[in-house]
Amino acid sequence: MTTVLDVKNLTVRFAIRNKSAKFGAKSYLTAVDEIDFHVLKGQTLAIVGESGSGKTTAALAVAQLAAGEVSGEISLDGADLFSLDQKTMRQRLQVIFQDPYSSLNPRRRAKDIVSEPLDSLTTLSATEKDKIIDDLFAAVGLRQEQKNLFPHQFSGGQRQRIGIARALATRPDVIICDEPVSALDVAVQAQILNLLRKLQRELGLTYLFISHDLGVVQHMSDSIIVMYMGKIVEHADRISLFSTPRHPYTQALLSAIPSVDVDPEQNGKRILIPGDPPDPLNLPKGCRFQSRCPFAQDICAQRDPELASITPDQKVACHFPITY
Amino acid sequence: MTHQNNDPIVQAQSPLSEAWDMFIRNYAAVAGLIILALIIIGAAFGPTLYPTDPFEMVWSPFTPPGVDGFILGTDYLGRDLLSQIIYGARVTLIIGLSAAIVTVVIGVTIGALAGFHRGLIEEILMRITEFFQVLPTLLFSMVIVALFGASLPMITLAIGVVSWTAVARITRAEFLRIRELEYVMASRASGTSNWKLMFFVILPNALPPIIVQSALMVGSAILFEAGLSFLGLTDPNVISWGQIIGSNRQYILESSFTVTIPGLAIFITVLAISLVGDGLNDALNPKLRQR
Amino acid sequence: MAPLLKVENLRIELKTRAGIAPVIDDLSFELGQNESLSFVGESGCGKSMTALAIMGLLPDRIGRIASGKIIFDGEDLTTATEARLRQIRGNDISMIFQEPMTSLNPVYTIGEQIAEVLRHHQNLGKIAAHNAAIDLLNAVRIPNPKSRVNDYPFQMSGGQRQRVMIAIALACRPKILIADEPTTALDVTVQAQIFDLLRDLRRQTGTSIIMITHDMGAVAEMAERMIVMYAGRKAEEGPVRQIINNARHPYTRGLISCVPHLMSDPSAERKELTEIPGIVPSLQAFGKAQCLFSERCGLASERCLTERPPEIVFENAHKSSCWHARNPK
Repeated sequence: MTTVLDVKNLTVRFAIRNKSAKFGAKSYLTAVDEIDFHVLKGQTLAIVGESGSGKTTAALAVAQLAAGEVSGEISLDGADLFSLDQKTMRQRLQVIFQDPYSSLNPRRRAKDIVSEPLDSLTTLSATEKDKIIDDLFAAVGLRQEQKNLFPHQFSGGQRQRIGIARALATRPDVIICDEPVSALDVAVQAQILNLLRKLQRELGLTYLFISHDLGVVQHMSDSIIVMYMGKIVEHADRISLFSTPRHPYTQALLSAIPSVDVDPEQNGKRILIPGDPPDPLNLPKGCRFQSRCPFAQDICAQRDPELASITPDQKVACHFPITY
Repeated sequence: MTHQNNDPIVQAQSPLSEAWDMFIRNYAAVAGLIILALIIIGAAFGPTLYPTDPFEMVWSPFTPPGVDGFILGTDYLGRDLLSQIIYGARVTLIIGLSAAIVTVVIGVTIGALAGFHRGLIEEILMRITEFFQVLPTLLFSMVIVALFGASLPMITLAIGVVSWTAVARITRAEFLRIRELEYVMASRASGTSNWKLMFFVILPNALPPIIVQSALMVGSAILFEAGLSFLGLTDPNVISWGQIIGSNRQYILESSFTVTIPGLAIFITVLAISLVGDGLNDALNPKLRQR
Repeated sequence: MAPLLKVENLRIELKTRAGIAPVIDDLSFELGQNESLSFVGESGCGKSMTALAIMGLLPDRIGRIASGKIIFDGEDLTTATEARLRQIRGNDISMIFQEPMTSLNPVYTIGEQIAEVLRHHQNLGKIAAHNAAIDLLNAVRIPNPKSRVNDYPFQMSGGQRQRVMIAIALACRPKILIADEPTTALDVTVQAQIFDLLRDLRRQTGTSIIMITHDMGAVAEMAERMIVMYAGRKAEEGPVRQIINNARHPYTRGLISCVPHLMSDPSAERKELTEIPGIVPSLQAFGKAQCLFSERCGLASERCLTERPPEIVFENAHKSSCWHARNPK
């Protein structure tokens, strides 16, 4: 299988104005710290993590939409993304945003919103565009009569369908899905997730799927990256990650999810990690998870563990990975 | 398989027509709009219907209203006050409107540039705005008019130059808020260019408070012009309401009507504009539109 | 023993532009001493409105209790005076909200905010209240409570703020704690901490908990009984395990199966998620004499469209308002 998107040493930093520092001195918040990953054609790579993990920043950096200073190498189908012509890049890489209420311009009609990438990135004629828009509305399950409505006349799920249609308009190779269902009501989430899977099957799309919900990730992805404080702590294919999580953070994350299948009497079995993530401006030396880790030893406070292969399908950044 | 919902198809109602529906339900605003329309019609067609020359001495000075067929009486030179009010309405409204336009053009441009480009450009533009904000407005406009002459365009410009800062600040605040919204990022992801982002994506969404502010700006420009003409800083060849007050001010004790009638005209006009502005504010403010 | 809280035939009307809509339509339920009850449903189904009604905090002039009773400890709260309700709020019944970022006052230290409640309701002195605040912070597992008590809300993380909210809510040892989506804004590992804390506090203090949520997993973890709300009406009520294993209302079944839950065997084939088509009806449709779920329901028959389904009672006080409840699926 071919690699569509290849990311190496991706780092995103934000300059922070520091009141105590001398004039002109800047301190930096490193939101994403030298991460590597690649996405295979027609597959879904999920990035999971909690707030502040850097998952959304990393994805937006790939789409060249991140606000901070981005460094590293990103290649799309072998071509360097940063030197690629902007229009070509945007045509081949599209984004579905998190919040269907703020991601659609309230002053434009649904069809104009879907048509925006076509207007900016292609030289198609009006009739050609109309044909594409008709097909897109059908593909995402919206009615043709709804084309002229404004965003506020749609429900949350329908608005996300408009966002999906917009992302599909230029037939991109890769779609970045930034928490596409987390702002939707539970009953509507299933509609959108099923739609995304259907479109992937039919159009051979490649997804970079950002989520904090491991249930959704298990349902959607082929392989998974777990991020914590800007670093990848575990990278594995879906089955390995969910059956044999190697990093204590992954394990805690899995065990923290409330499940309908669990008997409440079994709550004692839950692995609770104490405390909160460290201050990103003042990271400890060594492993970033040490303060909350049940297995931390002296070495964890001295050396930052490297991401290393533990099986052919699973990499983990931990001095004491869990063994099975 | 995707399900389609079966709710009845609603008509596409644009945000603008919805705002109009909201506006029309606000009685005070509609009253203001009607008064304003009457004033504008009067200013436009009045001179044809009531062709008395406002500069000509037609009767003895200080004829009280209603006497000898002069509905509003005559001023200190025996000129017809009704005719002066009608002609003055044109000048007053034109100055109010064009000063507001100058204000909006300067304010929106500077506010939009400052709000869209963070960093150095923003710093420089906002320092300039603050500089204009702390200038004593009346004094500064008097200096401009005194230096460059009291012609109508110069008075308009003077009013515009001293009052654009409020519009600039509102525009910048709206730009700062909207540029962080996801639909702006979505437009960037769709390859939209920067100037299109500024003027076709962000600006239309920033318009509601700017519209409200500009409507109120018309009222305050009228008041400002009245203040300048009261102080004699006005084009002597045209009649405005402020100028009528200014030229009759010595006789305020003997014949107060020569001052109160144009004063009332200003008051009613500015009140009508404020009512319309408030109505626009309610209609365009989505927070008040819930339920 | 009489229940701690008994809600009888409650009807709450909300004034909307289109007219008056019953956002809560003929709701009855009971809450026992030291019981944990959960309300589940999508947004706009009336979960939060029920909580606000119990607290006497319905939006002024927009919402009102049209009929029914809310009996707390033998006293009907729907006829209680505002002064009496103020006495009860925060003292006997208290509430924590979804958004820990905005529900604390940014200009006071957290210690002052906790102490304020104690001084107001329990007439504690300044020093006593301060010390009690430290004890409470300790009880909600905030590290170094003696120094953190002087922190301002912005110095704390989201999870810590929600703990402070819980400390404030529990300050007067309320008989009922209402938690409105208490962990929706928090990360899962922090959610697990908060759930663990709430469970422990309930064990220690005997407080009854009403938790409002959209997450069936959270219900399964936290509650013994649950009420599924749909469009202002009770769809189903009963013991949590019994409903999860054998739901009798199609909406409940949809809510359980539309969410991708973690599978015990990750290598099993991933099936399509069950969809509940459409959305919750708009307020104008509330109160109609029919089953309001019928337009989204695969089982809908003639009768569902013309008559409101009655509540059918099964074993263990499992109740379901569906014409097809006796033979679901």
